[in-house]
Amino acid sequence: MAVAAGLVGCFAVMRRMALASDAMSHVALPGIGLALAFHVHPLLGGVAALAAGTALVWGLQRGTRISTETVIGVVFSLALAMGSMLTTGEELIDALLGTPGSLGVGELVAGLAGVTAVAGFVLLQRNELVLAQVSTDMARTAGVGVARVELLYLLAFSLTVALGLRFLGVLLMGSLIIIPAATAKLVARSLDEMLAVAVVSAVASTVLGEAVAVRIGRPTGPVIIAIAAGLFFLSLPLRRTR
Amino acid sequence: MLGNALEVEDLSVEVGGAAVLHHLSFAVPRGSALAVIGPNGAGKTVLFRALIGALPSRGVVRWAPGTRIGYVPQKLDIDRDLPLTGTNFLRSKAAVTGAGREDVRRALAEVNLPQRIAERPIGALSGGQFQRLLLAFALVGRPNALLFDEPTAGVDEPGEERLYEMIRRVQGLEHLTLLLISHELSLVQRFADNVLCLSGEAPWFGPPDEVLTPERIERAYGTPLRYHHHKT
Repeated sequence: MAVAAGLVGCFAVMRRMALASDAMSHVALPGIGLALAFHVHPLLGGVAALAAGTALVWGLQRGTRISTETVIGVVFSLALAMGSMLTTGEELIDALLGTPGSLGVGELVAGLAGVTAVAGFVLLQRNELVLAQVSTDMARTAGVGVARVELLYLLAFSLTVALGLRFLGVLLMGSLIIIPAATAKLVARSLDEMLAVAVVSAVASTVLGEAVAVRIGRPTGPVIIAIAAGLFFLSLPLRRTR
Repeated sequence: MLGNALEVEDLSVEVGGAAVLHHLSFAVPRGSALAVIGPNGAGKTVLFRALIGALPSRGVVRWAPGTRIGYVPQKLDIDRDLPLTGTNFLRSKAAVTGAGREDVRRALAEVNLPQRIAERPIGALSGGQFQRLLLAFALVGRPNALLFDEPTAGVDEPGEERLYEMIRRVQGLEHLTLLLISHELSLVQRFADNVLCLSGEAPWFGPPDEVLTPERIERAYGTPLRYHHHKT
């Protein structure tokens, strides 16, 4: 989960969609609410809602030429509102902030498959992603299928959010994608360094967060994000100078 | 198509429901340099984006078979403070186009950009170094047509002429067909084989001496413009 978050987050930060990315994770909420209502595994509902939301963002972006940030901001804030209406009480808190506990075998296998898919996509398509994010027109003339790469990136982002829903919930998973990447942007001098620092920061926050949360008896998700944010502030003095 | 790298017939483009280009026709001979000029809002960038297929258009845009386009836009969509080095940028294109690292070194050498400069984050490059990096980027993958939207943006005045000379030198070296958008009429006069002047009225197309007349410039820009006319 943390590896995928670090890798995907770098390209979200490059696209200047830090806030929009956070909002994007909220789309899982109405899916979780519907899944609970129909007695289906809530993660399945979350994943289905994320996939539908991704397709909607991609379609709106291409059909209306409105910026990704605007589309995500509107669509996913609406999703949060709808999800809050569909989910109630303790279930809502769990969906928003995640739940502690160990993973079942099925969840573990699905999680590893998801991480492999996201990491494989980012590492194999990194050149296409770089060109598409620097300039879609330059990418197009270099032979990059820009629409395809953007759709795959949004799907990878949604899959990453889905990977973290169980532990971090819809409110905090977006933060684990963005904060380590923002830290990496501060200190890295090249793309390779940025990807490496983001992954290390995300993994360290998650592992430390798990340990600290158990020790202090607090929920895991908020502790993980607090540590990720702490690493961001600690890295400020190391900020790369030109 | 014989002898032409590009033929445009009756091209019309609308942006946001407003007609920007109307029934535009011109041709660019292979290996020649075309400068596109005109006041702000005349549709120069829109024309380039239509030529690379980034904007829907009506009419015909016909590139010669086997044309590989190198394109440099007026501005990039990213923050300059990203940890992305010049070589990250060039190698990404080399990987996508199937060109090797040798092609990146060749492109850097052609624009006189040392490797150690290209290893820096793009935000650490001066305006002139950044424009040379963009030119090198366009040259990776061995294009045979180069579209450059305002090559001297962010470059100081002495650097402008050096950059144009470099573009012309690289054009000769690589046998490129060159299309560039420019506001530097003196340099256009010297370096272009043909000029396409876009304005609110009918466009003009022809050799610089025919298009860059004081009367036409005043009609296109709505004001008399001063520029140095170099006789060769």
